[in-house]
Amino acid sequence: MAEDTDVVAAVVGIEPGSALAQVVNGRADIMALTQNTHDGALTPKDPGGLSHAERAALAWRIAKINDHKGFENHFEALLEQAGAPDNAVRLADIWFDGGSDARSRALIRHVDLVAHAPKDATRRDIELLQEAGLSDMDIVRLTELVAFVSYQIRVAFGLQLLRGIA
Amino acid sequence: MSQTVHAFTTDVPVWKPYVTPLDLDEASPEQLEALQVTPSNNKISDYVLVLAHDVETLKHRSPLFNGVMYNRGGLSRAEREIGAVGASIVNRCVYCAAVHASRYNQLTKDTEVIAAIFQDGVEAEIDPRLMAILRFSAKLSQCPPRAEPADLAALVEAGLSQAEILDLILSTSLFGWANRLMHTLGEPVRE
Repeated sequence: MAEDTDVVAAVVGIEPGSALAQVVNGRADIMALTQNTHDGALTPKDPGGLSHAERAALAWRIAKINDHKGFENHFEALLEQAGAPDNAVRLADIWFDGGSDARSRALIRHVDLVAHAPKDATRRDIELLQEAGLSDMDIVRLTELVAFVSYQIRVAFGLQLLRGIA
Repeated sequence: MSQTVHAFTTDVPVWKPYVTPLDLDEASPEQLEALQVTPSNNKISDYVLVLAHDVETLKHRSPLFNGVMYNRGGLSRAEREIGAVGASIVNRCVYCAAVHASRYNQLTKDTEVIAAIFQDGVEAEIDPRLMAILRFSAKLSQCPPRAEPADLAALVEAGLSQAEILDLILSTSLFGWANRLMHTLGEPVRE
């Protein structure tokens, strides 16, 4: 990501100088930190056991679960930038459950649960990731990815509503 | 023997992680910086030590969190806490709800609003402005988000400025994030 990119502004389509831009500029520090976290979650320097392509694919999946077209397009483009290897691309397919690969199954199951119904999560869900071979570090990385993308989508969704009255 | 807390409460429980927190003796310079470890500040919660496993998000997340909840101007701190509580109820994060409900009570020196919310959820009979804030927060927290123009109109009707609505969007969304960490990576217990 280029340093001057603001994904939320691009996805929402905030026109510079518009009434919405003025409101959002009041929290420019938060928007900048949101972009920094996006880059840390999607394209970290040290991706650990979750490649940039897998992160983009899972984020695309989360955008689909949230029915947010703008972020679906954004993460699809990010997946292309990461080379779109087949094994990662399949993770974004909402009808794919991981097939015979235990790690893919565990990743997809957990992403779907935490994105859609975090209230239903229990200790057992973390154990399933551990049994599929994920380290505790990668479990935290995966959870931050789902949690952050869920945040960013809600910020954009709220701003799209706010534009209606700004 | 510790017991998991399942009911909403303002009596803040202890948070026990399901994964192993970072061992400070093995922390990288980048992790130590994100944790802002100083000799006078060596008590770091298990929660932050768990999040330190993903230092490239944690280092931005901490200042972002403080900015959204405590920066100057805009929505009052107490009303931002209602945004946090609305999200935490939808996502059933008992720990987050306890921390932020009790903070609301401290800020307002009132316990009736939170008691009503814990009893009746978004149907709680509270002040119209707080009701509009709570309902917007709960609907934005659904997956997919379900807030509609009518919910925004209710906020305007209740007197919120656009800057205040932005702060509510941010505090609610922030707890969509925090709940998904805290409620899935560990559990609230009484020792």
